[in-house]
Amino acid sequence: MNLVERYVHRRFERASRSAEQRVGLAGAVKWALRYVFPDHWSFLLGEIALYSFMVLVVTGIFLTLYYVPSDAQVIYHGSYALLYGEQMSEAYRSVLNLSVDVPAGLLFRQVHHWAADVFIASIVLHLMRVFFTGAYRKPRDFNYFIGLTMLMLAILEGFAGYSLVDDLLSGMGLAIAYSVAMSIPFVGGQLASLVWGGPFPGRSVFWPRLEIVHVLIIPAALALLITLHLAMIMRQHHSQFPGPGRRERNVVGTPMWPAYALRSIGLMLAVGGVLFLLGGLIQINPIWQWGPYHPYLSENGAQPDWYIGWLIGALRLMPNWELVIAGRTVIPNPFWGGAAFPLFVFVVLFAWPAIERRITGDVLRHDLLDRPRDRPIRTAIGAAFLSWVVIVFAVGSTDRIFYRMGISYTTQIHVWRVGIWVLPILVFFITRSACRSLQRAEAHPLRAWQGNVVRRTPAGGVEVLSDSPDRSVPPISEPPVGTLPGSES
Amino acid sequence: MKRVFVRWLTHRSRIPPVLRLSLAVVLAALAAVGLAAPASQGQQSLGGAPSGEVNPPSKSPEPPGPGDPTKTFPDSPALRIEGYNLYQQGCSSCHGISLEGTAGVAPSLRGVGAGPVDFYLSTGRMPLEQPREEPLRNEPAYDRSQIDALIAFISSYGGPAAPTADPSRGDLALGFHAFTLNCAGCHQIVARGGITVNAQAPDLEETTPQQIAEAVRMGPYLMPHFDATAIDQHTLDSIARYVLWTRHPDDAGGWGIYNIGPIPEGMVAWFIGLAALVLVARLIGERMDEPV
Repeated sequence: MNLVERYVHRRFERASRSAEQRVGLAGAVKWALRYVFPDHWSFLLGEIALYSFMVLVVTGIFLTLYYVPSDAQVIYHGSYALLYGEQMSEAYRSVLNLSVDVPAGLLFRQVHHWAADVFIASIVLHLMRVFFTGAYRKPRDFNYFIGLTMLMLAILEGFAGYSLVDDLLSGMGLAIAYSVAMSIPFVGGQLASLVWGGPFPGRSVFWPRLEIVHVLIIPAALALLITLHLAMIMRQHHSQFPGPGRRERNVVGTPMWPAYALRSIGLMLAVGGVLFLLGGLIQINPIWQWGPYHPYLSENGAQPDWYIGWLIGALRLMPNWELVIAGRTVIPNPFWGGAAFPLFVFVVLFAWPAIERRITGDVLRHDLLDRPRDRPIRTAIGAAFLSWVVIVFAVGSTDRIFYRMGISYTTQIHVWRVGIWVLPILVFFITRSACRSLQRAEAHPLRAWQGNVVRRTPAGGVEVLSDSPDRSVPPISEPPVGTLPGSES
Repeated sequence: MKRVFVRWLTHRSRIPPVLRLSLAVVLAALAAVGLAAPASQGQQSLGGAPSGEVNPPSKSPEPPGPGDPTKTFPDSPALRIEGYNLYQQGCSSCHGISLEGTAGVAPSLRGVGAGPVDFYLSTGRMPLEQPREEPLRNEPAYDRSQIDALIAFISSYGGPAAPTADPSRGDLALGFHAFTLNCAGCHQIVARGGITVNAQAPDLEETTPQQIAEAVRMGPYLMPHFDATAIDQHTLDSIARYVLWTRHPDDAGGWGIYNIGPIPEGMVAWFIGLAALVLVARLIGERMDEPV
């Protein structure tokens, strides 16, 4: 150890001692740095969402500096020639200026929008991982509920951001959202005029409200829930896949420091890199091409961002049923697709842990994950439910399919009104039999087990125990790395 | 199917049979309801009602405004005779030997003038293979001189002069404004096409300014027609200029992914953005090396 190193070491020790005397978190820091992450790439899906959220916050702060939440009508005299002299709201003009004139404004806007799309996509993928591996079971069901709440909030947040711009697409989206809000039985009318401040397109108070919801209330709620989500994970520890040495009450994997933190920082940089590459190279929501919204305008092929697509699909797929009692429309049609359908999907997701406990009678704590194939019924139900939602989602683009492939819109709707019930049943049986045959073969289709389990005999020879790892005896010694201190082992 | 169903019902499982039976009943009921759901928007017949001898079109083309430029097509007796022969071979089976049309199949062509003939033939929408199908853009069946011959013959029955548009005299901002107001509802805001009930509004990527002018004044198929008070000549020129612009719009943000908004954007988010990140996660995260 040379002089410089010694000096640095001493300075560091002194600094950490003085910090410890004032803050006193050495124990917690030590505990956090020794936290063990199980090794599987699918545990990183949630982290993609986490880092997308960070990109959203950073880019969002930049955008907030330029956005004006006002529907005051102005005449555009800016530098974009195609809209010169056009009447538009101040909100739209501020985003147009941001996109056209502010240095790096368009880049930040596009990164923000791509990050939102990828954020919710990664949450959905993470949810699928959690569902199909049974990670939502006790004691993690509470954290699973937090995750579902965050998914709902993220969808709402994305829609609010999409609407803030007041371009042609956002205006048409808000018109649909207004109709859906109005369709809620009994309270819809009051609710809609409470939110919009009056009949569509609403009074000027609507825009500052929408902005505060988008930039403060929902992000703060999300940040709080993310903190809670991570704290719960730290407290309960990650679940892990079963394997040699892996038990219900231990975690085998990589400690936070010096290994896993670097890996995670790498992922964070990758998320930022991919999102900024998308934002710089691929155009998203070119609002100067859509033009400003006025209630008398519309365009063909208007679509919401992908995470609202399932609601558009549900509105399209639903037959024209309304509940009319004594000449009064109690439940107008948009309610079914726009409100009841997403409500039903989330209720099923929220209720699933309890439903599964009821069906299987398994109320025990589970820290080891299931492989999807080992629970054929759950996997099949999950796949069928997923396909049910995905079909509704796909129906949201029937207009483009009609346009591109010439399959008539009404034909598609009629086919899917039947297919929506038939296809998930097929998916159920196919998934179940696929799981069972995988179980029987006990091999990954692409990565079959090849080898024998052997043991070295005292005489120095090799004794073949088995040709398959599940018929082998457990290993004599367990990997010591990362076994939790204090946990039974 | 029945055996699968019965086996599914009787198979030993942790789900109680009562629950499975009720699930099956619910699904069957929903499927039945889906099948029986009324075809709320049935196929509409687009041909006119039978009306004696002549089957007039549902709308006749609007003439250009007074003093507006028109397009003149070549005309001569020889051309009319050639057009007559082509008409009898390729058009008369539906539109009638003397342009009177056929009730429920094809409108009369008397008095339509040169514009609609030029539009339908130069975009390849006519002749149709099946009389009742929607005319869509196609390879033109006739070359330019044959189209001129048919125009000469059909417009000899009278009709308004053919309109025309000159994009170089149009104003791009006005064109964007007028297109948003009048056209984007069907053709999409960047003219990428769209749908109406059981019909398509085409994209305008191959349309010439001449065809734009003709379409605006005549309103082909389901499209409404606009007279010179609704869309004056300057606006028409501007719309044509905007439509030409949409072929190379200002994609300031990078690759335009076809300018139709969220559907390709969602695909990019999932299959490029998230796919790349999952690949990164797969590379830096470990997998179970030990089979279990």
